[in-house]
Amino acid sequence: MLDWASTVDHKKIGILYMLTALVFFVIGGLEALAMRIQLSRPNNTFLGPETYNQLFTMHGTTMIFLVGMPLLIGLAIYLVPLMIGARDMAFPRLNAFGYWLIPFGGLLIYFSFFATGASTAGWFSYPPLSLRNYTLGNGPFGNVGGVDYWSIGLLIVGVGSVASAINLIATILLLRAPGMGFGRMPLFCWLIFVTAALILIAIPALNAALVMLFFDRRFGTAFFDPTGGGSPLLWQNFFWIFGHPEVYILILPAFAIISEVIPVFARKPIYGYEFVAGSGVSIGLFGLFVWAHHMFAAGLSQGVTIWFGAASMLIAVPTGVKIFNWIGTLWGGSLRFRTPLLFALAFILQFTVGGLSGIVFATIALDWQLTDTYFVVAHLHYVLFGGTVFAVFAGTYYWFPKFTGRMLSERLGRWHLWLAVIGLNATFFVQHMLGVMGMPRRVYTYGDFPGWALANGISTVGAVILGSSIVVFLWNMYVSLRHGDIAGDNPWDAWTLEWATTSPPQPENFDTVPPVLGRRPLYELTAQRESANRRQSVGRGQEIVL
Amino acid sequence: MLEPNWAAAAVVWQLTELQGLLPVFEPASPEARALSELLFWVSILCAAILLLVGVLIVDAVIRYRGREGDLDPPAKTASYKVEIAWTAAPVVLLAIIFGFTLRTMGLVNPDPPRNATPEVVIRGHQWWWEATYPASGVVTANEIHIPVGRMVLARIESADVVHDFWAANLARKIDMIPGRENFVWLQADTAGTYLGRCAEYCGTQHAHMHFLVIAQEDSTFAAWQASQLERPAAPSGTLATQGLAIFSEKACLSCHSFGGTGGNAAPDLTHLASRRTIAAATLTNTPANLARWLRNPGAIKPGATMPNFQLHDGEIAALVAYLSGLR
Repeated sequence: MLDWASTVDHKKIGILYMLTALVFFVIGGLEALAMRIQLSRPNNTFLGPETYNQLFTMHGTTMIFLVGMPLLIGLAIYLVPLMIGARDMAFPRLNAFGYWLIPFGGLLIYFSFFATGASTAGWFSYPPLSLRNYTLGNGPFGNVGGVDYWSIGLLIVGVGSVASAINLIATILLLRAPGMGFGRMPLFCWLIFVTAALILIAIPALNAALVMLFFDRRFGTAFFDPTGGGSPLLWQNFFWIFGHPEVYILILPAFAIISEVIPVFARKPIYGYEFVAGSGVSIGLFGLFVWAHHMFAAGLSQGVTIWFGAASMLIAVPTGVKIFNWIGTLWGGSLRFRTPLLFALAFILQFTVGGLSGIVFATIALDWQLTDTYFVVAHLHYVLFGGTVFAVFAGTYYWFPKFTGRMLSERLGRWHLWLAVIGLNATFFVQHMLGVMGMPRRVYTYGDFPGWALANGISTVGAVILGSSIVVFLWNMYVSLRHGDIAGDNPWDAWTLEWATTSPPQPENFDTVPPVLGRRPLYELTAQRESANRRQSVGRGQEIVL
Repeated sequence: MLEPNWAAAAVVWQLTELQGLLPVFEPASPEARALSELLFWVSILCAAILLLVGVLIVDAVIRYRGREGDLDPPAKTASYKVEIAWTAAPVVLLAIIFGFTLRTMGLVNPDPPRNATPEVVIRGHQWWWEATYPASGVVTANEIHIPVGRMVLARIESADVVHDFWAANLARKIDMIPGRENFVWLQADTAGTYLGRCAEYCGTQHAHMHFLVIAQEDSTFAAWQASQLERPAAPSGTLATQGLAIFSEKACLSCHSFGGTGGNAAPDLTHLASRRTIAAATLTNTPANLARWLRNPGAIKPGATMPNFQLHDGEIAALVAYLSGLR
């Protein structure tokens, strides 16, 4: 235990991050299930409004800040040093510090449930609703409200995220193995680099706004309080200056995973390496200038609205480039249908659904009808569950052997896959319809309007199926950890450097870092050895491995 | 968890018949029709793109299935022509969509003329709607009357937190932000009653924050305004007179307004009986429902700002008799 609590090894810290995220994922998932039960039929009384409003606030907060970010940052912290042939992160102590802020920030936010009731202001916490006139606590700790715990807890989590971003950037810039120029770096590292840069730019906007919100609540300032001359719209700007890049912080690492998995299981290098990396950079850059598309209904001037609408549409272009390059990689490959590839294929399709409904929202006039309805809930869950979470599933089946030395069960993996695909679509596809049927988001109950009961019923059944897929996934990890096949160093015959060491990797990662001769170091190394030893080269890409 | 007795406080929504199956696709004004048509075509386009991606993947899955032990296929370097093509094609497609959205925006949301006075001012409150007509001085709540067949300029405000005014069959959504004046054009092709709702999360009872837009022919609309400006007849009958006494005794006017006096934290009651609903279009306005509300507002809308006055049955009956006479 002490070993884990005091560790500065990036692999252990990465595992800690991912386990923390997994615990919060289960909690956030149970919150979602409770909400779906409440919404399973009209005029239901399973949850009251206060409880429901706390749950949707905490579900959003948990999934974004305590699941999405730590999971992806943890994966990056585990893998980046291995992929670039480094012994550890650039700043190992900062690494441990950054991690420990996450569970403590998370615990502080969750403590509010017991202290005063969690925040009911939503994960977006718009003032004036999030100001003390509307969300003041009356628990055993006086008038401290859920929003107070929420803002301080998130500030702590936010500082941790910034620390890890600085660390990842420094690591990628400084610790690459000899021979690994930026042009040879795995795409995973490229896209993590962009993600880290976005964290560094976006999170401080949130941190600053959280401090202002806390001051408004506790010390009588009026940054956001209209009765004191403040502007509620100012918070919305701050929040989305953080909040939209946040979406890319959560999806670029998913792209990173997919860009590693697909080539290995198609048995051919990624199609258009430069374009996958370049489109990642442009998504990062554009992503900084689209935040006001979350505010199209706020009555901003036409000029501002049009500018942000155009910028938002433009993001679809580099995203499309990625999807086409992944498909280009599949084409002409020799596809091995193991679970990581299956999840990667499911990712492409499901993420495309979310990307296309994103175009609907960038079409400003349509946003005016559909924003704040269940259409948004459908859109964001296709992006974050069908996108990010499916990519993480693909990545888990791919790297679990490296993390633990044992393979995950393919049979359970297939059960997991199909339950997840059916569950996701049953839960969220009908929610597009609910949006068009006029159902607003964040309502704890609804009347028996035409069609609403059926669609919500389907959605709830879907959520239960989706939940069961997670149970299969957890069971798979549990049994495979004990009885899974022994993985060996490189069970997938993959090409990046993390597969050149033992599974799990030794504390110092490598005895000697292999020379990096190209974008697929292990492939090129084999090729070089073959041609030196046997002089039997049949041509680039067609060596016979005996 | 934190609301142990909540289940006893269930209310079944009424007036659900006022809404069609697909309000967004059931436009009743030129503005909503433009939005609906754009959504239809963009949806078709998105479905086509999804189909294309699906077909490409399924095709790859069928054609390029490999077996363990197969040789790795030859590596391919990306073709710049292909990359440029699949960058440029979406740009063209998006530019076309964007052109159409600009056109629709112009139809739905033209800037109002400078210094235009709004015909109606709609103000969001936790959890009800206040409507005032600056030209005539009419004040009402949770019912917005408009004349049919022309664009009506509405100013949109909030008294407390952020709300959003959404009448899906008639107009775009527009946020109500405290300290800020927004506007929206309302229009209805034909006379009728349309259901609208708050679309921005605004606290405990966001779910029960609906309103009606009642579109009327010019003459009916004028008659409605005239009737709203008259003071209602004095209560007739002992029960109603008793009700008026309780109304004063309980200081209802510290929150509600009546005939231009009183508070502004709760709906105007001058012509309460002329309205179709109570509690922001949660219940139909019948004596039985009024009695339910007065007995315990929190049982209909938990967290509602109106307190439970612990009225006994006699008081409730008297108040209902009085309020039902406010035509």
